[in-house]
Parts: sequence; structure tokens; C-alpha cells
Amino acid sequence: MDALNKLPLNIAAAIRGLFGDPHSIWADLTMTVIGIILVIVLIVLAALILILLERKVGGWASQRPGPNRLGPRGWFQTIADALKLLGKEDVTPAEADRFIFKIAPMIVFALPMMTLAVIPYGMGMVPIDLDLGIIYYLAISAISTLALLMAGWGSNSNYSMLGGMRAVAQMISYEIPLIFSLLGVVMITQTFSLSKIVEAQSTIPFIVIQPLAFVIYFIAGIAEVNRAPFDLVEADQEIVAGPFTEYTGLRWGLFFLGEYGNMTATAALITTMFLGGWQGPGFLPGIVWFFLKVGIIIFLMMWIRWTFPRMRVDHLMGLAWKVLLPLSLLNVLLTGLGIYIYQYVLRIGG
Amino acid sequence: MSDNFAAVGVLLIFAVALPVIMMLMPKLLAPNKPHAEKLTAYECGNEPLAKTAWRGFKSNYFMYAIVFTAFDVETVFLYPWALTFRKLGTFAFIEMFIFITILLVGFWYAWKEGALEWM
Repeated sequence: MDALNKLPLNIAAAIRGLFGDPHSIWADLTMTVIGIILVIVLIVLAALILILLERKVGGWASQRPGPNRLGPRGWFQTIADALKLLGKEDVTPAEADRFIFKIAPMIVFALPMMTLAVIPYGMGMVPIDLDLGIIYYLAISAISTLALLMAGWGSNSNYSMLGGMRAVAQMISYEIPLIFSLLGVVMITQTFSLSKIVEAQSTIPFIVIQPLAFVIYFIAGIAEVNRAPFDLVEADQEIVAGPFTEYTGLRWGLFFLGEYGNMTATAALITTMFLGGWQGPGFLPGIVWFFLKVGIIIFLMMWIRWTFPRMRVDHLMGLAWKVLLPLSLLNVLLTGLGIYIYQYVLRIGG
Repeated sequence: MSDNFAAVGVLLIFAVALPVIMMLMPKLLAPNKPHAEKLTAYECGNEPLAKTAWRGFKSNYFMYAIVFTAFDVETVFLYPWALTFRKLGTFAFIEMFIFITILLVGFWYAWKEGALEWM
């Protein structure tokens, strides 16, 4: 299994070997570009599979078959939907702020690409290994708030505007507990680098040490990607489709791709921070463990979406500010106390 | 991979280019027949009542934004602290909890004044 684990590293070394100097800038550039292309492939594949999986899980949760016509058991449904979207007219409303309206879905689509590129997928398999991994991830993922507001504002439609406003209110509220819940892990590992955090979990995944942080991050993460029960932003029964009301064709499809990409990125970060990333018992290679854990988290998110009704807006804000925020501060305090006792009173480690 | 932020720059180029390339596809494949009725804003079949949706917004949003700003700035201070927490020892430990306590007083005030209530 060690050979399988090291296989991607060996392939990478072989590609580097093609260059005269394996550590020249061109070799680095090539490796970066290959990594980025793999990330793009991952996002497109993830979106295709997840959209189908979502409908299948929805069918399973509400006891109906789900898509079952196209291909074996309906497996080609998403591909047909994607092809259909390519041929649909791209309508820009006459009253819209055209530039903002047009670039908002592109930003939403670009963000998961930026965030997924810093996640460690396996031993030494980080497309871009940043020392500031967590900070970078949080900074980039926060931009999606702006993109949704741009979509809402740019559409110049009442429903879109309401959706955009809700998006900002909800996402900035849940960002605070989300950021605080990761503090505990940083306090334990003393690093921002995601690959070092995964290495620190070789003995024990942080979900055992930081269960409260995991729950807070999970809830806030679902709220950040605007999924039910926190889908106030695009609540179909109230405001049609929120910021996406005026979008058609592939431009709307970009929102969809971005949404599922963001969901994958959130699940990937949960896996990295709390579930030990690619670490796992040795009978499977690291990358398989990684995607297995990501899959479980995504399945949980889908299960929650199809099980719980939408929250009321005052409950939603109350949950973020009055429950999750104090709890995440408490988690920081408890982690600090724990490390303090561990290090200075018991004098272990350090 | 020494200069990783150069790699982020390359990533940024890809992230900008890919959606633009993707949006070229419907330009080639999709029909484009604009029509005055089609280009109006969607309001469930009615004529849009107002010409524009760019109007004022609920002041609640503003209250949340202010509290958010306070806590977001706090995270800027907390992350470097968390990074060096184990090296700095008792002093940093106590000092940071004084800092958090001061912020919690502000938080308690905002809560008491009803800034966190959705009305």
C-alpha cells in the first residue's frame, strides 16, 4: 500500500525529471499547472456526481425513485442537464447593472477552484502548499458573500435584491463562529499550513479533541454554502430563487457548479481540519481515505437538507449570534485551558 | 515550490480565464433573441411595480454588519495569538482572555440593546 500511496509522488518526480533541472522555475510552473488542471477536473466531476447524488438522496429521503430515465438507473441525467444548459439563451434583464450581473456567477464559480487548490489530497499531494493555508481558505471563501450580493444587486429585481441582502446577513453572521471554531485546531497544532495540520493528526483526528468545534464548523459550514435548513437566501417559496432569479442558461449553471464546488470545499476543509485528512488505516491509499471522508460529510449535508425544514429568519440569526458564537468562544477558552494544563501543570509535551 | 504565492497567481489566471471561456460556449451555441417583455424583471407574472429595486434596506442588516465588523477585527488579532499561543506562555494566555472579556462586554451590550434581534 505504501507503493500506491507514493505513486502520485513518483509520477510527479518523473515529470519533474523531464526537465534538465528538476527544481527549475519551469518544472515548478508545470507542476502547478498540472495541479490546477486536476483541481478543475475534480470540481467538474464533483458537480456532475453531486447533483445526481443530491437528487438520488432526495429520492431516497422522500421515498421516490429520483431520476431514473437516462442511462442505467438515471446516471446520465446530469450530463444531459449540463448539455441542455449550454444551448439555453443567456438573458440579461434590460434594467440590470450589466457588468456586475455578468461577472457575479463567474466569481462564484472561480472561488471553489481557488480554495480546493490548497487542500492536501494525499501524502505530498497539495496542488499549492501554502504556509497560510487556513487564512487563505477563509479569505477566499468569504468573497462568495460579495458575489451573491453582486448577483442580487446587479439583477435589479426585488426578489434578487431581497436574496442578496439575506445572503450578506446570513453569511457574515455564520462566518464568525466558523472562523472561531478553527482557532482551537490552530492553538493545538501551532500552524496555519493545512498539510502540517493533517500530519499532526497521524495519531488522533481532531474531532476527538475538538468535538464542539467540529459541530460548530459543520453547522456554520452548511450555512455558509446556503444549503437547507439555512437556504433562506434562495428560499423558493418566498423569493423565487433569491439572487439567481434573473439568471438563465449557463450563467445560472455557473452558480450551480460553484455551489456544489463550495460544498465540496467545505467538506474537504472539515476532513482536513477535523477528520485527519488523508490519514487512515493502511489498507487503503491516502487519497481514497480523503475522498471517502469527504463523501461521508457531503452525504450528511444532503441528508440534513432533505430532513429538516427551513429555519425562520430570526431563529437563523439567533442561532449564529446567541448560540454558536458564545459556544465557539467557549471552545477557544476550553482549548486554551486544556493546553495550558497539559503543558504547564502536567508538563507533558511542549 | 518555494514561492507558493506565485503559484496562487497562476491559479488566479486560471480561475479568471476558465469562467470566461465557459461563457463563450453559449455565445456560440445558444440562441439570442431579446424581446422587451423577456427583458423585464421577474415578478411572478405581474408588471414590475417599481422601475428599480435599488432602494433602502432594513436597518437590521446594518446592526448585524456593525457587530460583525467588531468580531471580524477580533479574529485578525486572535489568529496570530493562536499561532504562538504555546510559545508565549501564561502572559499571553491571560492577556488574550482579558481581550475577549472586553469584547464580550460589548457583545453583551449589543445583545441587551436588541441589536441581535430580528424585528
